[in-house]
Amino acid sequence: MSVKTPSRLEKVLAGGHMAVTSECGPPRGSDPEPIKKKADMIKDHVDAINITDNQTSVTRLCSLASCIHIKLMGVEPILQMVTRDRNRIALQSDILGAASFDIFNILCLSGDHQNFGDCAQGQNVHDLDSMQLLQAVRHMRDEGKFLGGDEIKRPPQMFAGAAANPFADPFEIRAPRLAKKIAAGAEFIQTQCIFNLDKFERWMEEVRQRGLHEQVAILAGITPFKSAGMAKFMAKRVPGMDIPDEVVKRMSDTPKEKQPEEGIKIAIESIQRLKEVEGVRGFHVMAIEWEEKVPEIVEQSGLYPRPELS
Amino acid sequence: MIVADKKPIEEIIGYVQDANRILILGCNECVTVCEAGGKKEVGVLASALRMHFLQQGREVKVDERTLERQCDHEYLEEIRDIADQYDAIVSLACGVGIQFTAEKYHSRPVYPGVDTCFLGVTEERGVWTERCQACGKCVLAETGAVCPVSRCAKRLLNGPCGGSTNGKCELNPELPCAWQLIIDRLTALNRLDEYEKLMPIKDWSTDRAGGPRKVVREDVQS
Amino acid sequence: MRLSYPSDIKIIRVPCTGKVDVLHLLHSIEKGADGVCVVGCLEGDCRFKSGNLKARKRVEQAQKILDTIGIGGERVAMYNLSSGEGPLFAQYAREMHEKILSLGPNPIKAHRKKAA
Repeated sequence: MSVKTPSRLEKVLAGGHMAVTSECGPPRGSDPEPIKKKADMIKDHVDAINITDNQTSVTRLCSLASCIHIKLMGVEPILQMVTRDRNRIALQSDILGAASFDIFNILCLSGDHQNFGDCAQGQNVHDLDSMQLLQAVRHMRDEGKFLGGDEIKRPPQMFAGAAANPFADPFEIRAPRLAKKIAAGAEFIQTQCIFNLDKFERWMEEVRQRGLHEQVAILAGITPFKSAGMAKFMAKRVPGMDIPDEVVKRMSDTPKEKQPEEGIKIAIESIQRLKEVEGVRGFHVMAIEWEEKVPEIVEQSGLYPRPELS
Repeated sequence: MIVADKKPIEEIIGYVQDANRILILGCNECVTVCEAGGKKEVGVLASALRMHFLQQGREVKVDERTLERQCDHEYLEEIRDIADQYDAIVSLACGVGIQFTAEKYHSRPVYPGVDTCFLGVTEERGVWTERCQACGKCVLAETGAVCPVSRCAKRLLNGPCGGSTNGKCELNPELPCAWQLIIDRLTALNRLDEYEKLMPIKDWSTDRAGGPRKVVREDVQS
Repeated sequence: MRLSYPSDIKIIRVPCTGKVDVLHLLHSIEKGADGVCVVGCLEGDCRFKSGNLKARKRVEQAQKILDTIGIGGERVAMYNLSSGEGPLFAQYAREMHEKILSLGPNPIKAHRKKAA
C-alpha cells in the first residue's frame, strides 16, 4: 500500500500492522518538561502521540509548541487542532508552522465549548468546522494551495485524521457521519473510548456494510479505569459515553486496592476482543494523567514491540 | 422580531442622575411585543424615575412618549419640536432605534434603556428565543429550515459535535441541539440522505466579520 | 357585616384584581399614598380564572421596583380571601394599616414639599 506522507503512523497502517497511538495533555505553564516526560514514558510503545489542544477549553501550552518539543525528542506527534480558537488564516498558518518542523499528522476537531473552561466569557471562532478543516488540510497537501487559491511553497504533508463517536446521539446518523468525514478527507479515525463492545461491533457492522472500513483506518479508543469512582463518573457525567452497567459493577465489586489493576485488565481484554473485529486497524490508548500504564497495556495486549520501519 | 430585555433601573439612574428634564422614548413595535420598551414599560420607568428623584428632594420632569418606530425618519421627526427641551433622552427601542434617535438629535444625550439581545420568536408569553444571526447568506434551504448558524452554539455547518446528548446541546440540557433538529426535520421531509452532503466553507464576509453592512435597492430608490 | 376597619383606608373597587396594572400601583405611591393593598379572590377561585395570579405578579414587580429606588416594597402587598370572609378582610386591613404606620409616611410626600 502506498503512502502519501512521511508519517510513521501512515506507514505502519499501510504496512498492514495494527497501529497504536496515545495522547498527552500539555501543562498549564510554559515549562515543557512535563509533556516531554510523558512522551518519553510511552514513546517506545506507540507509533505516534496526540497532543491535545486546549482540551475542555482550559488554556494550556498549545498543541503546536508541545508537538515541536516532542518532535525534537524524536517522537512522532499528532497535532490536535480545534476550530474553536482560530480563524482560517491562523489554522492554515499553524498547519504550516507544524509542517515546518516536519510534523506529519493532524487530528481535526471542533473543540468543546469555551463555557467549560477557564475563559467562559471569550469569543469562539468556528470560522471552519472540523469537516471543513479536514478539507482544508487535504487541499493544502494535495493541491498545494491555500484556501484563498495561492500556491504554497513547500506544502504541508499531513496525514489527516478525525474523531468519531459510535455512541453519540443521534445514533441513526453515526455511519453517515463517518462517511461524511471520509468524503471531507479523513484518512484515519480515532474513536471515543469504548466500553460497550457490543454496540461498537454493531457500529462496525454498519460501517463495513458501506465499505467505509476500507476507506479510512479506524483506531479504537481505549481508556483504562483508575477506580470504580472514575467508571461511575464517566458513566453519569460525561456526554457521549456508553458504559454498560456490568462494566461499572465489575469495577465496584473489586476491592479498592485492586481496582486500578482491574481497570487495566478490562482495557486489555477489550483490545484483545476488538483486535478480531474486521475493520479495526489499531488502538488509541487514552490514559490521561496515567500515562505510565500505557506501556503495560500495550505489552499485555500483544502490541509490543512496535514495528520496525525502514 | 428583535428581542430586547429591560436594563436594570439602577443602571439607567446612573446615566441620567444629573439630568433635570428627561424624555423616556418608547417604541411600538418589537420591544412592545417583547414587553421591554413599549408604552407600558415607558410608563413604569418614568414613574420609578420620578419617585427616585423625589426621594432626593428633586422634582425632575420625566416625560413619556412612544413612537411607532425609532428606525424610520418620519416617526423620529415627530419629536423634532420638543427634543430640545430635554437634557437626556432614554430610548427603550432596540439598539437600532437608540442609535438612530441619537443620529437625528445630535446634540441630545441619548441613553439605552434596554439591552438588545437577538432576532427571535415568542415561544410563549414571557419566553423569547433566538432564531437568526443575520449572517447575510441564508442556508435554510439545505437544513430543513433550521439554522445551524444561530441555533448551534458552535455554528457548525456539518454538525452535530460530539457533545450532543439526547437531542440537547452540551452547553445546557434545556437547549435543543440544532443538528438534532435538522436531522429530525430532514427525516420528517424524507430527505435524510441530504445529511451526507458536505456544507462548504462559509463566506462570512456578509456577516459581521465583513464590517457594517448595507443593502441598496436601486429599483425602489427614488 | 358592619365590622370596623381603619378609616384612612380608601377602597377602590375593581371587577377583578387582574384589572390592576403595575402603573396603578406605582402611580399611587408616586402621588403620595403611603401604601397600596391589592385584595383578590383566593388562588384557584378567581371568578375570571387567573386574574388574581396576574395581579400577584404585578404586585411583585412593583415591590421590586420600589425596593430598587429605596422607597421599599413593603408598602405594596397582596392579600387573597373569599368575598364572604368579612372578618378576615378587617383583619388584613388592620394588619396592613399597622405595617404602613410602622414604616412611616411615604417619603415622597415630604420630598415633594421640600422640592416645591
